[in-house]
Amino acid sequence: MGPHIVLNDAGISLGGRSILRGLNIEVAPGDVLGIAGPNGSGKTTLLRLLATLIAPDRGGGSVLGAKLGTPEVYAVRRLIGLISHTPAVIGELSIRENLEHAARLGGEDPVRVETALRVVGLTEAAPTRGEASSFGMLRRTEAARLLITRPRLLLLDEAFSGLDVDAQALIDALIARTTEHEGAVVMVSHDEAHLADRAGRVMTLSAGRLDTMA
Amino acid sequence: MSFWDQALEIARVDMRIERRLGDVSRIVLPFAVVALLVFPLALGVDLSAISLIGPAVFWAVGILFGMQVALRQAASDSPERRDLYSLLGVDPAARFVGRSLSGSVLMVGFLAVLLAAMIVLYSPRLPQGWPAPMILGSFLAAIGLTELGTLAGEVTAGLRNRTALASLIVVPLALPLVIGGSQTLESLARDTGILPWLLLLVATDLALAVAGVALARPLEEASR
Repeated sequence: MGPHIVLNDAGISLGGRSILRGLNIEVAPGDVLGIAGPNGSGKTTLLRLLATLIAPDRGGGSVLGAKLGTPEVYAVRRLIGLISHTPAVIGELSIRENLEHAARLGGEDPVRVETALRVVGLTEAAPTRGEASSFGMLRRTEAARLLITRPRLLLLDEAFSGLDVDAQALIDALIARTTEHEGAVVMVSHDEAHLADRAGRVMTLSAGRLDTMA
Repeated sequence: MSFWDQALEIARVDMRIERRLGDVSRIVLPFAVVALLVFPLALGVDLSAISLIGPAVFWAVGILFGMQVALRQAASDSPERRDLYSLLGVDPAARFVGRSLSGSVLMVGFLAVLLAAMIVLYSPRLPQGWPAPMILGSFLAAIGLTELGTLAGEVTAGLRNRTALASLIVVPLALPLVIGGSQTLESLARDTGILPWLLLLVATDLALAVAGVALARPLEEASR
């Protein structure tokens, strides 16, 4: 099995401004890569690039074997799990309905929803609407969704911030589960300590450039 | 999951959200009926004039308020939800079809209630045999308007003031639908044949459906 992520001198400009430049990364199955950087350094843009949601305008690369910036990425998107700043939960639906909706669209058996709810400790709160749920509950909902969809590439954007110890343990379990199944994880945070505890390798992103941490 | 399964799942969830929020049934529809009521009040007691303008007012109010129905998804669609659908492997064309399906159900219901309200409030002089052409014309216009609203929502996704921009797209492009819908009844009254107007509505619906499906992927990619 080849690397899950390869970036070769990749760069992105948004609104005429260079956000990322000269990125070279290789992430193999089983790897956990941490990327540290201050606010505004381009961490979220990098994760969106790795999620194939945006394409590089300089250089190139591949994610799960699909060449970035080509229609090949459409087929691998369902293998990518992303936890971003704002939880992707439909506020008007209950937590259970959100998970059932995601399971059906992702081609998974909705029966898995109950198990996932139990694992993340949301069985009691399952009828609560997304808009009435706390941030921690929404994060747990996202963790449950990723347990159902079982991504091969897990991308975490400040996924630990604002979470209690139990919820953080859930994200840790999600990371472990992904790597045990030949998946890879890329997590970004401004908190280097969080990354150092969890990632096998930590890089720093500063002014759009990646460097290996000393 | 097949294309149609995805489309139906999205339509089902849209309908569930509408049932909970009542955007159309509890907000847009009552205001549209109030708008229908305002015209007779402005015209005073000239009952013949009121009766004459009924169908025209129905189409004007139907299009203006129907636009709110058609664009309701554009107002509620978040970038996170769009990303989630992409990463779940949802075909953007299936999303367009699903949203058009749920929107069409709501729009048909909206225009049906509005039509009934217009008949009660205006007592219009309708030509013999009006129900079938009027209902068919309204039905086809409802589908086209929903497709147009969904497409406009996709075109403006990711843009600031997208709801206002989407309205600007919908109004001029809805003209064939307004003309086709209103002229169906007019032609029946003049006995000049309604088929060309029904065909105009069908052709517009089909063109919008093809455009929506064909452009769904490029528009989604461009919206990020």
